[in-house]
Amino acid sequence: MKKPALFRVFALFLVISSLHAFQSDELDEEFGLEGGNLQPQEQILDPVVPTRSTPTRGKYSDSDSDSKIQITLEQAFGDSDFFPAATFSARLKTWSHGAQTLTKLRFSRNSFTEVEKQKFQKLLEEDEFYRIRLPSNVLNPTGKDFVISSVRARCLPRDGLDEHFVIHTEGVNILAVNYGSPGACPYPRQLRFPAKWSFNSHTVLKNSEQAPRTPTFAEDVPGELGEGETVPPPERSFWAKYWMYLIPLGLIVMNAMTQAMNLPEEQATGQSGAQPAAAIQRGPSPAVRRR
Amino acid sequence: MAMAIRSFLIFLFILSLTVPTFSLHEDQVGLMDWHQKYIGKVKHAVFQTQKTGRKRVLVSTEENVIASLDLRHGEIFWRHVLGANDAIDGIDTAMTKYAITLSSGGSILRAWNLPDGQMVWECFLQGPSDSKSLLFVPTSSKVDKDNTILVFGKGSLHAVSSIHGEIVWKIDFPSESFEVQEVIQHHDGNTIYVVGFVGSSQFDVYQINAKNGELLKHNSATIDGGFSGEVSLVSTAKLVVLNAARSTLLTISFQRGEISFQKTYISDLVEDFSGMAVILPSKLTGLFAVKTSTATAFISVSSEGKLEVVDKIMHATFISNALSISEDQQAFALVWHSDNEIHLNVKQVHDWNSDLLKERIKLDQQRGLVHKGKVVWSREDGLASIIGVTTSELPVEKEGVSVAKVELNLFEWLKGHMLKVKGSLMLASAEDVAAIQGMRLKSSEKSKMIRDHNGFRKLLIVLTKSGKLFALHTGDGQIVWSLLLNSLRQTEACKNPTGINVFQWQVPHHHAMDENPSVLVVGRCGTGTDALGIFSYIDTYTGKELKYFGLDHSVAQVIPLPLTDSTEQRLHLLIDANGQAHLYPRAPEAVSIFQRELSNIYWYSVEADKGLIKGHGLKSNCAGEAADNYCFGTRELWSIVFPSESEKIISTVTRKSNEVVHTQAKVIADQDVMYKYISKNLLFVATVSPKASGDIGSATPGESQLVVYVVDTVSGRILHRMTHHGSQGPVHAVFSENWIVYHYFNLRAHRYEMTVIEIYDQSRADNKDVLKLVLGKHNLSSPISSYSRPEVTTKSQSYYFTHSIKAIAVTSTAKGITSRHLLIGTIGDQVLAMDKRFFDPRRSVNPTQSEKEEGILPLTDSLPIIPQSYVTHSLKVEGLRGIVTVPAKLESNTLVFTYGVDLFFTRLAPSRTYDSLTEDFSYALLLITIVALVVAIFVTWVLSEKKDLSDKWR
Repeated sequence: MKKPALFRVFALFLVISSLHAFQSDELDEEFGLEGGNLQPQEQILDPVVPTRSTPTRGKYSDSDSDSKIQITLEQAFGDSDFFPAATFSARLKTWSHGAQTLTKLRFSRNSFTEVEKQKFQKLLEEDEFYRIRLPSNVLNPTGKDFVISSVRARCLPRDGLDEHFVIHTEGVNILAVNYGSPGACPYPRQLRFPAKWSFNSHTVLKNSEQAPRTPTFAEDVPGELGEGETVPPPERSFWAKYWMYLIPLGLIVMNAMTQAMNLPEEQATGQSGAQPAAAIQRGPSPAVRRR
Repeated sequence: MAMAIRSFLIFLFILSLTVPTFSLHEDQVGLMDWHQKYIGKVKHAVFQTQKTGRKRVLVSTEENVIASLDLRHGEIFWRHVLGANDAIDGIDTAMTKYAITLSSGGSILRAWNLPDGQMVWECFLQGPSDSKSLLFVPTSSKVDKDNTILVFGKGSLHAVSSIHGEIVWKIDFPSESFEVQEVIQHHDGNTIYVVGFVGSSQFDVYQINAKNGELLKHNSATIDGGFSGEVSLVSTAKLVVLNAARSTLLTISFQRGEISFQKTYISDLVEDFSGMAVILPSKLTGLFAVKTSTATAFISVSSEGKLEVVDKIMHATFISNALSISEDQQAFALVWHSDNEIHLNVKQVHDWNSDLLKERIKLDQQRGLVHKGKVVWSREDGLASIIGVTTSELPVEKEGVSVAKVELNLFEWLKGHMLKVKGSLMLASAEDVAAIQGMRLKSSEKSKMIRDHNGFRKLLIVLTKSGKLFALHTGDGQIVWSLLLNSLRQTEACKNPTGINVFQWQVPHHHAMDENPSVLVVGRCGTGTDALGIFSYIDTYTGKELKYFGLDHSVAQVIPLPLTDSTEQRLHLLIDANGQAHLYPRAPEAVSIFQRELSNIYWYSVEADKGLIKGHGLKSNCAGEAADNYCFGTRELWSIVFPSESEKIISTVTRKSNEVVHTQAKVIADQDVMYKYISKNLLFVATVSPKASGDIGSATPGESQLVVYVVDTVSGRILHRMTHHGSQGPVHAVFSENWIVYHYFNLRAHRYEMTVIEIYDQSRADNKDVLKLVLGKHNLSSPISSYSRPEVTTKSQSYYFTHSIKAIAVTSTAKGITSRHLLIGTIGDQVLAMDKRFFDPRRSVNPTQSEKEEGILPLTDSLPIIPQSYVTHSLKVEGLRGIVTVPAKLESNTLVFTYGVDLFFTRLAPSRTYDSLTEDFSYALLLITIVALVVAIFVTWVLSEKKDLSDKWR
């Protein structure tokens, strides 16, 4: 059951990564909302092959109003302290009305050292929590406010270590980070060690979506469609329209037929057993007896 | 002939079927519902002493109610509930026909007509600053003379005409911080003295012309050593205050504006005095009371200013104001309590040794009137301030209904049914209708003390602010028992106990015959969350406190777990302020049950002031001094930080933990299936921009926005996030099944709006292929985990709603089959039931034929308010604060309990009673119909035989 889902996610992921500058709300928002004008609010980020090198700088410095910032992702094994594990680099875009947003997030993860590997294995054995955190205020991290997210370590291993970040931002603030495996992680969780000790990271940046506007109508609601646009009721089949007449008709026909069949019989047996038959068959065929 | 009879009988039968209800009929009021009126804990009372008319007492309460009560019977003549933020500062009567109230921190003065409670006038007072407020109505010998009412509020003194409520004059005192303590009328009635303090060391006396507000004289004097708050006025020209160290009494006399002091050490008056003293507030001529650490001393003041102790009482005492009992005699009462008794002592002001009345009353939180030594009436006004509600089943009937009882009433029963038949055939005369109505209302069936098949009869266990627990019968609202909890009583260790909530502790199913259910009351010793907790179990049948004890930790959160031990006691997890979890009941068995589920227990905490929501998991036993087997450490698993400059949490709502969902799938019009995303661990959070957190209108649409979130409380995932621009709170929300409905204000549209969010599970959406289902290739049976990445989709829609609302709830039924109604507590203190179908996000302007068949209503921009759907019909639940719904055993019915200052209970059938006959179904009519039918069959048979025979003879 898990495999197909995984494959699907992976296939989707391949498709997405093959498209350049993919901007869509398809992945998580397959249904548009009625009356709502949805803006593309999510960015699916290109995955970065996990390396220990920092991402190249200066690539995005095309505008003066934009600046680049780095966000450190910290990790903790179980109840241990947090220490740096990866960095997000993002572009800080300043809009004309003064608001600032984070865009073009890139992620680079340090792969596990031997010590970390051992710690993680211990987590897997104990079915403990692997925790990560990001500073909530990106521009001037106070070192106090962090958004934390955690997952049972056993949810991560597939072929490698598959992880999925959803970062909810509000302007330049990170509201929350949701961390977990990209697919399912049903209970009870099986102990399984990853084949490769490298991370497959997927990151989604999410902003708030606009609520659908309350519909406002003029006085007469049906008039909205206009004169020519009235939807004709779908044509129904003859049977669908007239079944209520057809069924009784059929019953009557059947009744008549059985009576016609019974008539010769009754005439044949009529002489010997007239009395009980009359008593029983009183209701339906008075016409027969009257004759 | 036979045809005629038959058609008549068929007509009869159809008639009998049409009787079941569509909405409530006039004669059904009071059948399933009851309503009780209360006023709350009394703050001030004014007795009317005039001799004519009905005796009444005017009271104002902590629930901001002003009421006039019958002094003989305790009934309410009239009452008015002022708004929640319109606290009453003082009441009095003027011109013997108006009741005067001062409220909202001394800024609103109102006059009410005494006989019927109509408002006569209202006056808004403005002043430079907030201050203590004081109402003074000068006494006048002439009834109809236009007196001025003196009000000190908002830092200035106002004189208001008592006839029209106009401000006659107003004085702003030169010193901003001048606090008026007393307003005294001079004997001639033309001059008034206003005495008060500036800061903590200056004493001021102003002499003012009562006619025009002219300042005649101003004297001030400085007291060395300062003074402390309380003041006792002992005569028209004499005050007693304490110095700042609270060890010396100062008698200040201000005869004709001249101020003079006199110092007396308390230690001279009271032996073995040490520490601090407090003057008890009182207004008695020549007498005041000082409370010291050991006793309360009553001290008389002679006209020369000599102090003398007349008596000492070893308990904390309250003193009433003086009440004139005859031309020149005044009486006052002393109340104190020791052990379990309240002592009441009525004395004459001038003669300490004359006890008019000496009484002991068993301690109970009733307000009553003692008349000649016996309680004349009492009112259970604690019920006006309910803080927690839970239900308990009634005892199971142990022996069958005695047959004799039924036989005895057989004739009555038949007679009753014949009357009902008459009623349904519209043959009943006016007296018969009255008799039927009386019979219905009296029906002893509904107030029986045993469990019924339909589960309509239950006990409502309510915890009130005063720490008294009540059991109300759902049938007629009678108080089955009431108990002033020992655990919530003030003791040395626990100075200020308050109740937090009441929970179901033990609900016996297996031993329902021989064990009584019990409830748990959790409280804390003080107002802060770090105060130590209190724990108490109460048997719900007997109303006895089984056990109580103080906890050695604080209580920040109480989590009833879905686990029970072998005696069916529910496990509860109490989270203290340090984030440690404590398990109750404290038994090894409970721990072993709990340990098994330890790793699957998560909880969350909301810190609204910091804009934080945190998720926590449990660790093994906690470290530290408090470590024992029942204490568990916790750790933070996730957190959401709302940026303080843009978002402020104003509302969080979860699903009811005991809610039942009947079906997970929803079949929509085109034979398609949508799977509801049903998780018990969802939290709805609403935030507004900090600027918009005030009242409506305090922020412009541009700077206010409302953001709503749906958060999974196990993993901390934000499943849905949506912004309403130009909207602001207050937000009232209800969460049920897979949907949330919330109410807020849209600043751009200048209207209230309600929005629905429905959450659907996409991961199960492919389970539509029949072939797959047959072959077992579906994931319907796979376990759901919060750690799996959820694939959810949401649908939402907003509608305008006319009312602002006070509370919102949803009906709940035993199996969750019956369609749900939203119960909306409107601003008019009524409860409106609205079908959930109005809040369907799939409503469209022109629903297709198939959608119409599914029951989707055409889209409208606002929600209709149908007057018939008011659950409370013509009644009002004054000061409505909460709506509680409890499922009955009968699936179609739900019990609704609404509380505020008043209580209201009713039974609802959101989809009508499809699974039972209505209570007033006439069995006799059915019986008669059957008998008549049988007779008719025989008659027609005989007739037909005869006809046949004659046919054959022809």
